[in-house]
Amino acid sequence: MLDLSKYQSIGAALKDALTAFSRETCLIEADRDREKERLTYKDFQNRAHPLARALQDTGFSAGYRASIIMTNQSKWLISAYSIFFAGGVLVPLDYKLAASEHWQLLKHSGARVLITEYPIWRQLAAAPERASAENVKLVLVTEAPANADLAGAQRWEEFRNSNEPTFAPRERKDIACIVYSSGTGGRPKGCMMTHENYLEQCVALTSLYPFWPGVRYLSILPTNHAIDFMVGFFGPFICGACVIHLRTLRPEFVREAFPKYKITYVSLVPLVLKNLQKGLQARFDELPSGKRKIFDFLVAANKALTKSKPRPGLSRKLLSQIHANFGGELRAIIVGGAFTEPQTLQFFYDLGIPVANGYGLTEAGTAITVNDLNPFRADTVGKPLPGMEIKIVAPAEDGVGEVYVRGKTIMAGYLNDPELTTETFSDSWLKTGDLGRIDPTGHLILSGRKKNMIVTEEGKNIYPEDIENAFESLPVKEFCVFAANYVWPKRSMVGEQLILALHLENNQEYTDSLRNDIIARNNRLLNYKRVHGVVLLGEDFPRTASLKIKRNILAERLAQLDRTSAILSL
Amino acid sequence: MHMRTLDQTTQEVVDLASKHFNVPAGSLAPSDDFFKKLGIDSLQALELLSRLENHFGIELPDYEVQGVSDFRTLAERIQSRL
Repeated sequence: MLDLSKYQSIGAALKDALTAFSRETCLIEADRDREKERLTYKDFQNRAHPLARALQDTGFSAGYRASIIMTNQSKWLISAYSIFFAGGVLVPLDYKLAASEHWQLLKHSGARVLITEYPIWRQLAAAPERASAENVKLVLVTEAPANADLAGAQRWEEFRNSNEPTFAPRERKDIACIVYSSGTGGRPKGCMMTHENYLEQCVALTSLYPFWPGVRYLSILPTNHAIDFMVGFFGPFICGACVIHLRTLRPEFVREAFPKYKITYVSLVPLVLKNLQKGLQARFDELPSGKRKIFDFLVAANKALTKSKPRPGLSRKLLSQIHANFGGELRAIIVGGAFTEPQTLQFFYDLGIPVANGYGLTEAGTAITVNDLNPFRADTVGKPLPGMEIKIVAPAEDGVGEVYVRGKTIMAGYLNDPELTTETFSDSWLKTGDLGRIDPTGHLILSGRKKNMIVTEEGKNIYPEDIENAFESLPVKEFCVFAANYVWPKRSMVGEQLILALHLENNQEYTDSLRNDIIARNNRLLNYKRVHGVVLLGEDFPRTASLKIKRNILAERLAQLDRTSAILSL
Repeated sequence: MHMRTLDQTTQEVVDLASKHFNVPAGSLAPSDDFFKKLGIDSLQALELLSRLENHFGIELPDYEVQGVSDFRTLAERIQSRL
């Protein structure tokens, strides 16, 4: 691993890594059962430098912003490296957003360059919102068919200049990436992450979960997400490890990839992990009773032998068939993006597959706490990473209070929103809006949320105000969307739901036709953004002088209703 | 080789979905939101996709079905690749 303390920027560290590990394999890309590409670090450099040069030829220089909207693939990483090499600021966006949301964030970010895939570009180019993002001057599109209409874009594959690019140095305090933690529809939250944030986070994470040449990381979580960016790009690259991309994420192809590529690490969201658990459990349940008894005995033995720490060699021998399915070399499943239920974590740990769960926020870098497996504690989200300070503010009698964090991986602030930045910090402490307590051994136990938002099992952060557009001009006096647990605080991190609070007109009734209107609008939202039920309130919503709804006060009024009877399900 | 009409393709998609998720034939309509109607998550939807690929003998890249949640739109995406 490179000594990151010597580096000022992501670009400088990656540049040296490409030379230091030039003959190691850095990327493998597969589509279904077909391997499409295998690149060494030298090959990677050969692909990236002509792109960096061509970018520089357009005047792209230090501090310019460039966005990537792509599924996980080698061109994502090649493009990102080229941007950093030229001193650019990367704006990674979630490819799953709608075209209108993409343009909104592209405009907000001030990106000058957009690098995307043809199928995504087809939708982006057709969206009327394109006209408003005048800042985007250059669009590069990968994998466009030969006769495709590029709608003003250029082909990524042809955008190159074989002259050597000039490396643009950056300093630790400079912004490396603008990462959106939410803010589609409402108020964009563009977290400004510095080079120092990434360099420090990488050192902390690799001290617990190391990479080295020969490690194979399976990249499934979207690379725009902080976790995959760190453990599926920056972390493995500065250690000479290999990243595997699959162009389709169907369960059957993902399953095949484990034994085929002898995967060392993979990151998953809790939903996928739970599905994996369900699948395995169903197979165990089908075992004939004799075999099942032996299997249960082996799991019990493994559990007893790994109580204080994981023993991967031993677990692989004891439960060889299970481990063979995972390729036999899996060291840990990294799970993130949302809260994972303890029983799921324990299930895998007992099979000898440690799950590295943790707790993080985009605003705080990749992770704040990580389970160090020493010993494994399924009931917690682990201990603070080296260099990270946590304090619990205004704890109740049971020790639960709001989690504040401080450290070198915390963002510089929100882009173009000093007001929101000020609200989010208390001196140098980042207010997470999550509730928890620290146990006597230093582990953080999360127990609910203080802020008005939910996180789905797929790792999506949803801010209620961001989905209110869907109910615009609903024929009622006024409405507001809330996280149910924000209105009726609950000590729970699972089963979070959104509710639509309605104030009907005088003499108006909550009729079937109104309900159907709400359902129809709800169905136009992506499934994870839908509201679960309606709550009726027979009084005017409290508003500020500028007529904005005072959400906190409205929430207090709603809280006086009985939660169970107040929520009318849709 | 006979060409299917969009209506035929849609019907085959609906039939396969009802078979795959074990719901009575006839209980699903082309305009139904399959996430909601079948109570499935995105991973289960991907399973259905694999089954449809085998049935129609095509490959449907993941991006083609991004944001699709009703049978008819899904059938349109399939139809364009037949």
